Amino acid sequence: MAIRRLFIANRGEIAVRINRAARELGMTVIQAHSEADAKSLAVALADEAVAIGPPQAAKSYLNVEAVVAAAKASGADAVHPGYGFLAENARFAEAVEAAGLIFVGPVGDTIRLLGDKVSAREAAAKAGVPVVPGSEGRIGDLAEAGRLAREIGFPVLIKAAAGGGGRGIRIVEAEAELDRNLGQAAAEAQAAFGDGGLYLEKAITRARHIEVQILGDGKRVVHCFERECSLQRRRQKVWEEAPASTLDATHRAHITAAAVALAESVGYRGAGTVEFLYDDVTGAFYFLEVNTRIQVEHPVTECITGLDLIQAMLRIAGGEPLTLRQEDVRLTGHAIEVRLNAEDPAKNFLPFPGTISELRVPGGPGVRFDSLLYPGYAIPPFYDSLLGKLIVWAEDRPRALARLKRALQELRIEGVKTTAPLFQALVDDADVRSSSVHTRWLEGWLAASKPEEPRREARAG
Amino acid sequence: MPKLILSHLPGTFYRKPAPDKPPYKQEGDKVAPGDVCGLIEVMKSFHEVLCEEHGRILRFLVENEAAVQAGDPLAELE
Repeated sequence: MAIRRLFIANRGEIAVRINRAARELGMTVIQAHSEADAKSLAVALADEAVAIGPPQAAKSYLNVEAVVAAAKASGADAVHPGYGFLAENARFAEAVEAAGLIFVGPVGDTIRLLGDKVSAREAAAKAGVPVVPGSEGRIGDLAEAGRLAREIGFPVLIKAAAGGGGRGIRIVEAEAELDRNLGQAAAEAQAAFGDGGLYLEKAITRARHIEVQILGDGKRVVHCFERECSLQRRRQKVWEEAPASTLDATHRAHITAAAVALAESVGYRGAGTVEFLYDDVTGAFYFLEVNTRIQVEHPVTECITGLDLIQAMLRIAGGEPLTLRQEDVRLTGHAIEVRLNAEDPAKNFLPFPGTISELRVPGGPGVRFDSLLYPGYAIPPFYDSLLGKLIVWAEDRPRALARLKRALQELRIEGVKTTAPLFQALVDDADVRSSSVHTRWLEGWLAASKPEEPRREARAG
Repeated sequence: MPKLILSHLPGTFYRKPAPDKPPYKQEGDKVAPGDVCGLIEVMKSFHEVLCEEHGRILRFLVENEAAVQAGDPLAELE
């Protein structure tokens, strides 16, 4: 059944992106919003808007019962969860389906299987995908953890089985620190995810982050090539490219085939991403995790393939079989995305909510700007700091870098501090230009270019 | 004129370091400069609210998990 009325259970730039895809398919868009988002661009562009609760995400965008009830009452026939919030919540996916609506994404069991780090790793190993040496499942006790860590060699990573998005990870450099870290990690995982389960992995200290975009219809899966997202700060991606310029045709064929094998082995439906660590020196790659949703950085894949991934998700969710054959997915040129966050790079990336006093959006050939911005918009402090993404495409990587530099010069966002100055510096950096980077490169570069100010931080939640 | 603890940031105010932990300060507690009396979550990052004066917390002026603006009074001291 083709979707006619789509309920967008998200906010910000991804809600705007989903709106555009859906309206081009002739759908009526119903935008969910918190009290703080009534004046958002996503609401302004929607056919209908529904308030779902107070500003705090826990009481609105993360409230399964409120979102499902609002979607049902709106007369929608499908719910797109975007990314973050409830996008990878199996209980939400099942609640949407139980209410008689289509969930635009994989079935709850797939989300559950791939969302748990341990079962995802087991599924990868079963599908013949290389995994990082580590525990075969959850760690039973401290003695077992010690034995295993000695066997695989320090440094090791302790990861929360229920973690994700870079959270719930600790690095342990030496055996003396292992017991203390295990105890703290278990307590933190219990507090943050309601599940104290941990597993151990060898820490690969110098690797690239390469991820493969997949599309499946529950039976057949195709890949849409890979993205490289090695430039990260605190395990959050800030700059993404497609394709990964370090891969030759052989390595590209191996890594994309591995992603398809894993996705087909679980009967994957929808858009997803299989993430890998890639060792430049040996050419070895290791399974990291699967994200069972659309990702922030999906536009770079759209630029090099000409596909509309959100529309593909909506068509699959509406019951269309995947008509795309693997040989139809062609890689053309090179794309780069930078994430424009409301943060002050000069002040240790301190969040900077505020009102947009002036906005000049870059344009011209090969430039795309996906954002939640409009002049006069007051950015609420309750959600993440992503304002939008500047994406460029060109025939090859050097031309894409030149285009990015030009587009950054055109861009003007006044009223808040943004991460644009960071990218103006990075685009001219010799290591970035030669793509001689790894996942810890940016933090080193930031530390070298400016001493980090001491910052008091705590967690609540 | 009562002494107030103000929020320096807009966001969500928390009285506890984590949902399952006790509050940093109770009404009636003595405080000194530098004491942590809450957290402000702004754009998913957490910032401690520090007391700037000696005193005793008379009462909190906003609920735990309330939305606050920069400059809003959070607690009253005596």
